[in-house]
Amino acid sequence: MNLHEYQARALLKTAGIPMLDGDVASTPTEAEAIARRLGGKVVIKAQVHAGGRGKAGGVKLARNTAEALDHATQILGMQIKGLTVNKVLVVPAADIATESYLGLVMDRESQAPVFMVSSAGGVDIEEVAAKTPEKIVRLAVDPTYGLLPHQALTLGFSLYRDFNQVKAAARIMEQLYGVFTGNGCSLAEINPLVTTPAGQVLALDAKIVIDDNELFWRPELGLMRDDSAEEPSEAAARRANLSFIKLEGNVGCVVNGAGLAMATMDLVKYYGGEPANFLDIGGSSSPEKVINALKIITTDPRVRAILFNIFGGITRTDDVANGIVEATRQFKVKVPIVIRLTGTNESEAIRILEKVGMTALSDMDEAVQRVVQLARKAA
Amino acid sequence: MSIFVDRNTRLLVQGITGREGAFHARQMIEYGTAVVAGVTPGKGGQKFEGRVPVFNTVADAVRHTGANCAVIYVPPMAAAGAIFEAVDAGIPLVVCITEGIPVMHMSRVMPFVRSHGARLIGPNCPGLITPGESKVGIIPGNICTPGRVGLVSRSGTLTYEVVNQLTRNGIGQSTCVGIGGDPIIGTDFIDCLRAFQEDPGTEAIVMIGEIGGTDEQRAAAFVKERVTKPVVGFIAGQTAPKGRRMGHAGAIISGSSGTAEEKLGAFETAGVDIMRRPVDVVALLEKRLGALSKR
Repeated sequence: MNLHEYQARALLKTAGIPMLDGDVASTPTEAEAIARRLGGKVVIKAQVHAGGRGKAGGVKLARNTAEALDHATQILGMQIKGLTVNKVLVVPAADIATESYLGLVMDRESQAPVFMVSSAGGVDIEEVAAKTPEKIVRLAVDPTYGLLPHQALTLGFSLYRDFNQVKAAARIMEQLYGVFTGNGCSLAEINPLVTTPAGQVLALDAKIVIDDNELFWRPELGLMRDDSAEEPSEAAARRANLSFIKLEGNVGCVVNGAGLAMATMDLVKYYGGEPANFLDIGGSSSPEKVINALKIITTDPRVRAILFNIFGGITRTDDVANGIVEATRQFKVKVPIVIRLTGTNESEAIRILEKVGMTALSDMDEAVQRVVQLARKAA
Repeated sequence: MSIFVDRNTRLLVQGITGREGAFHARQMIEYGTAVVAGVTPGKGGQKFEGRVPVFNTVADAVRHTGANCAVIYVPPMAAAGAIFEAVDAGIPLVVCITEGIPVMHMSRVMPFVRSHGARLIGPNCPGLITPGESKVGIIPGNICTPGRVGLVSRSGTLTYEVVNQLTRNGIGQSTCVGIGGDPIIGTDFIDCLRAFQEDPGTEAIVMIGEIGGTDEQRAAAFVKERVTKPVVGFIAGQTAPKGRRMGHAGAIISGSSGTAEEKLGAFETAGVDIMRRPVDVVALLEKRLGALSKR
């Protein structure tokens, strides 16, 4: 789960990481009031889960409160990569001497939290990593012991020469590690970490991603989720406990298991079609899950045909068949459905479908070819 | 022959009285796996299905039954603890089926597993099966048949799809291992490739990967250097968008790293035969093995 910048800032602030005061606004007048409180010269930043906010015009410098009002009026309600901006963060414009990058990520190769620190901050760190990897200092932390004092200092020395700044940075590393482990993060990033002309070390921008598997323990973090920042169909799917990602094509896919779901999308493409979505209904699939899946897929007007690809292991194919029959009873599905199922309780599933005049295929390739053909005909 | 599990495997089921644990324990017993014990704290002294003794702790179960393998079906909040317990009790092979364990928990589990010299398979995996001998986990036994092709996969149902293709075409399997779809897993492709290479009962290897991370790329390099047996590979997620988590916690393309193209390229360089579709596994293996595989 991605946090908005203002939410991430709140977590860093609680941990004591030095930052400039700022506040979040939902209306232009709120933004104006915050700007006045902060002394007029502020930066207005769109709060959306999309990269490249600056390039899209979602981050603007205001020299006074009047400009702050103007910018907030422009930015609030604008679309960035298809997402509507509902909130802006208003922060004082900082005087910057140097910019660094500070990131902490759960790294799959080291199987541990890894610090990535670079004095080449403020820019796209992916680009730095690709072009000049030597400019990034990496340090894996053994989670049994946590970040050790000398490790934090070493990272600080990799950024600054001034010992006071080194100590300040080391303190921030320790605090960031505390935020990371204390909130079940898979990523915690400060970019940029700046020094001011007066020599202060400050976090200017923050990004935090929470491991979804942690939310069970941390309901207070779950409350920070912003449904409006998500594709509506994806938010609906999440509430229905379905793993769903919307894509651009016209072949709707309902599959059990993430790997098979990806392989199904790939096969749709292989036979000349375009998948409309990724959807995994999971292992123990109740008929309700199937009904919800069909509801979500049929709300996409681009979908011209729907494919069920079910390999029954734990999933009982008769449960899926019942779900399909029940769904088509509850609402009219206007596009053709191709059903492939095999495995647990397959013959019972076929009987259920045949009773209402539906048929099922047992071969994945045959089913995909048929649904691609149907989608093409209907397009 | 086989890797990791065989007819000498004496299995202990953690969470045997839970819904999932009970269902799959029954399936494993039915398949012929030697299920010697169950563990559910507070239910020690009971008998599962009237014959498998249930213990309060793994240590008790090991002491009384000589269990040498544990499979975990406990909910995510207790799963990391269950792995610690099994490893602490000296179990050399621990298979964790549970999905949804926080990655942070796994980062604490792994140093413990390593320092105790144990092997963890999973989490978030379907387990493994040596057809005709032992099934540990949830892979449907009826789609497998004994033979000489080893299979390793990050996926569950996609594994079934491929195994089913093999079995229907008379190609048996030595062992099928699902290593799991999480970012931090106990046993990776290389561990399995090494074991299959050393296993005299395995003549060819099928490797099913997916987008995210670099495990497949490193596995390809290992194949190039160390594996003399034919390897056939598949990568799921060629149509996956960047930056989105595709169901599996580990299936995400970060930046330009972890893409299907990158992995397929690594396969190609290593001389791994690439399956464009799951069904291609049959033709590719037949080409490499001729009639050898058909037994």
